[in-house]
Amino acid sequence: MLVDLATPAGVTLALTPELVLTVWTLGLMVVAAWRHREPQASREVGLLAVGGLAAAALSVTWLLVRGATPAGPVVMMALDSYRYATALIFLLGAFLTVMLSLGYVEREAIQIPEYYVLILLATLGMMFMAGSVDLVVIFLGLELMSVAAYVLAGINRRNVFAAEAAFKYFLLGAFASAFFLYGIALTYGATGATNLITIRQRILELGLGSNLMLAMGVGLLLIGFGFKIAAVPFHMWTPDVYDGAPTPVTAFMAAAVKAAGFAALVRVLQQAFEGLPLWQGAVWWLAAITMVAGNLIALAQRQLKRMLAYSSIAHAGYLLVAVSSGSALGGGAFLFYALAYTLMTIGAFAVLAAAGTGGEREVLIDDLSGLAARRPWMAAAMTVFLLSLLGFPGTAGFMGKWYILSAAIDADQRLLAVILVGASVLSAGFYLPPIMAMYMRPAPSAAAHEETRLSGAARWAVAVMAAGVLLFGFWPNRALEAARQGAESLRPQTSYTSLGGGP
Amino acid sequence: MGDALTGLGYQRWALDALLILPLVGAAVVLWRPPSESKRLALYCTLAEFLLSLGLWWTFRPNAAMQFEVARPWIPGWGITYHVGVDGISLFLVLLTTLTMPLAVLGSWTYITRHERPYYALLLVLTTGMLGVFLALDLFVFYVFWEIMLIPMYFIIGVWGGPRRLYAAIKFFVYTFLGSLLMLVAILTIYFALARATGEASFEYSHFVRHIEYVRPWALWLFAAFALAFAIKVPMFPFHTWLPDAHVEAPTAGSVILAGILLKMGTYGFLRFALPFFPAVVMDPVITAVFVTLAVVGILYGALVCMVQPDFKKLIAYSSVSHLGFVMLGIWALTLQSVQGAILIMINHGISTGALFFLAGMMYERRHTRDLAEFGGLAKVMPAFAAALTVVSLSSIGLPGTNGFVGEFLVLLGAFRTHPWAAAVAATGVIFAAAYLLWAIQRILFQRLDRPENASLADLSARELAVLAPLIAGIVWIGIYPAPILRRIEPAARALVTQVRQAAGAPPLAQRPPEPAAGR
Repeated sequence: MLVDLATPAGVTLALTPELVLTVWTLGLMVVAAWRHREPQASREVGLLAVGGLAAAALSVTWLLVRGATPAGPVVMMALDSYRYATALIFLLGAFLTVMLSLGYVEREAIQIPEYYVLILLATLGMMFMAGSVDLVVIFLGLELMSVAAYVLAGINRRNVFAAEAAFKYFLLGAFASAFFLYGIALTYGATGATNLITIRQRILELGLGSNLMLAMGVGLLLIGFGFKIAAVPFHMWTPDVYDGAPTPVTAFMAAAVKAAGFAALVRVLQQAFEGLPLWQGAVWWLAAITMVAGNLIALAQRQLKRMLAYSSIAHAGYLLVAVSSGSALGGGAFLFYALAYTLMTIGAFAVLAAAGTGGEREVLIDDLSGLAARRPWMAAAMTVFLLSLLGFPGTAGFMGKWYILSAAIDADQRLLAVILVGASVLSAGFYLPPIMAMYMRPAPSAAAHEETRLSGAARWAVAVMAAGVLLFGFWPNRALEAARQGAESLRPQTSYTSLGGGP
Repeated sequence: MGDALTGLGYQRWALDALLILPLVGAAVVLWRPPSESKRLALYCTLAEFLLSLGLWWTFRPNAAMQFEVARPWIPGWGITYHVGVDGISLFLVLLTTLTMPLAVLGSWTYITRHERPYYALLLVLTTGMLGVFLALDLFVFYVFWEIMLIPMYFIIGVWGGPRRLYAAIKFFVYTFLGSLLMLVAILTIYFALARATGEASFEYSHFVRHIEYVRPWALWLFAAFALAFAIKVPMFPFHTWLPDAHVEAPTAGSVILAGILLKMGTYGFLRFALPFFPAVVMDPVITAVFVTLAVVGILYGALVCMVQPDFKKLIAYSSVSHLGFVMLGIWALTLQSVQGAILIMINHGISTGALFFLAGMMYERRHTRDLAEFGGLAKVMPAFAAALTVVSLSSIGLPGTNGFVGEFLVLLGAFRTHPWAAAVAATGVIFAAAYLLWAIQRILFQRLDRPENASLADLSARELAVLAPLIAGIVWIGIYPAPILRRIEPAARALVTQVRQAAGAPPLAQRPPEPAAGR
């Protein structure tokens, strides 16, 4: 299906998923405003949010199945498989978050129906971020997502840690946005464009391969992205924010928000700066440091929530390995791993949410002791998620890691591959103890874990995530093919290899 | 028998059935109430054993892969579900299927809590171990190699002794560390071959055929494979996980660890490390290092055994010593030594398995493994005493038992290429006699000076059923190993010839002039 982006009808067609979600979200905001702050109203809004996500997912799938391709140059929003694939991942993450939240907000008495509206807004921002080919629109998407996430982090106003989290997140996020914007400005200064494809053409035409202003622009963009994806050394905010926010929100930030940052990063690097020597070394180092530091610090954690927070930093490192390869294989590895990561991270946070109250900050790894005897299915699901995070065969996490390692080795980054597997060995030191606690230690008292339970919707979500992790661990063919197509659609027609970096 | 099975198309479905049956069994065990778990697991493992027996008759003694099954799994990455059996893996498969029903029987009264998951894990472990020995695709191999860690981790960690948590995580992390570097090596070879040949495939035969394209990094790749396998064997100095895991595991866990899991390491050397990197393997320095480590392992293991007060730990360290012999046989790389190495792998599975069972039986009666707590048991437990004596003599390598044949072949073969190493290794046999006979003496003979020991019950019918097949194997292989050696020989010869030729060394795959090897 050819879409003529010069006509209003064509533009509307191209933007269907975003338009559907925007209209639904605004409608939902009105609905939420008319409701009282009671559990029933909150639940209704939540279910309506699921409807909005489903509608958006349907329209994305429709564009994907019809194979919408642009007739003529793309100015703002791309029409490629990459956009559809990332949008589906974000929508899946948001859907799972809403499913977890339905019971959670009731238990924690966070009776603010706008909670779900904010999740939809953040998702919308992510879709713009990953789908746009213009730096300014990417920035707008980033801000839309971030502002919603700041509010979500502090939505439980009775919790001081949540307030701290929101404040910290806001300050550092604003700081990161400034970096990002400055990066856009410098890039524009060097190339005279904000459109990724035009930037690429200008770099080719004007021979800007080693232009200082461009290099600074790319560097600042990387720092901005580094904050959003929580790469070491830009990760300082992460543990406190993840720790303080309500657990479903933490899951959302760790999975979808981070995936969105990566999605935009991959698009920018591969569409505008593919093959440039400017960034590969920097990303290589970011990846190496992030993997090692994330895993090392996670090793020292005794609280489950903080451990998962640091583990998400480590996983950002793994994803950076995929980014660092700069190839289509790396893009595909990112897409597949993002899917696996969304399932396993949200799953692990879901079990954590069931195991505690009051923000789950106090849940120690040892507090899971004896969970398997009391809640065998929940323990089994948690085991699947943790093994997948560890990258164990038979899980989606393993296929994803295999894919990333493939990309690294294909790009002749063998040392990075070795660092990755070394970091994975470290991670066994903190992914196994919860499993040991659940299965191999006795419960501290007969009444332990009496209160540990998932609400109906969350139970389904956990079952779906565990099944998905196992399914993609054994039959990943369809997802791998989709990831490959998505990554291929990003590739520019010509290559930069001739450019090299002169003195 | 062979014809009848061929008529049923046994060759086509045998390996699929072997891999699937335990998984189905595990599902049934989880589904039925716990009181039926052990019976169901026993039926399932017995059925598995009977099913695998067909391999013995239908196996053709040649060097080719047999019973092959290949189906695309992840075609996008060139991954095929491809399994097959040859002379190297045949007896490891049979050893696995023989050990499992005995392991179930051996756990009959030992495991009293969480029976359902325990027996389900044993069955899953069966599939994992068979998969490692059968896989002919590097991806499939890697998946099985890792997956079988999980059941073993839980078996040690949930049903093990007092220090089980430490032992379980140590076992897991050690193996995980080794195997992840192997993963990088596998991927490196895969991409190098894909670029050189234009065919992206994880097929074992593809790797072997085109391996010369990775020659520039062969040493590093070999190191990655060798580390993974050396940890599993375990080769000195990577053996420190072994005593902990073996001692803390429940009886069946120790039996499986010693009997089968350790063989995965030596099997890995034979199947992958040697054929992939012949030039590295035949490098005099590398050979010297490995042969030295093997001999050090033999002596070190034996010397540590001499001072072990704990019977289970003694058996664990004796494994280090025995596996040293296997490594020596593999690295000497002559027909006899490789045949002998494969035979020791089987013998060690039988004898050490039996020893761990016997140690478990002692522990169930007295709840201690301290040798000083026993003495004079021959009077009260004559059947036990007879069994322990036969098994120990086999482990020592007395002529007439299976242990002798294997060690003799290894020493014979190794003497042709590394006479000094063989001479030093031979002293390991003497040490083995010393530590095991001394242990027997302390358990069975001397004075019956502890009142608790006076009333111990002799072996029950179930325990006899566990030991009988193993003792029968000890005697059979000891007296008439020819049918086994005949099935191993072609594959061993092909391996030795291939590695030596690829490295440009003299073949040494023929029998020596003297007729001693055929015993």
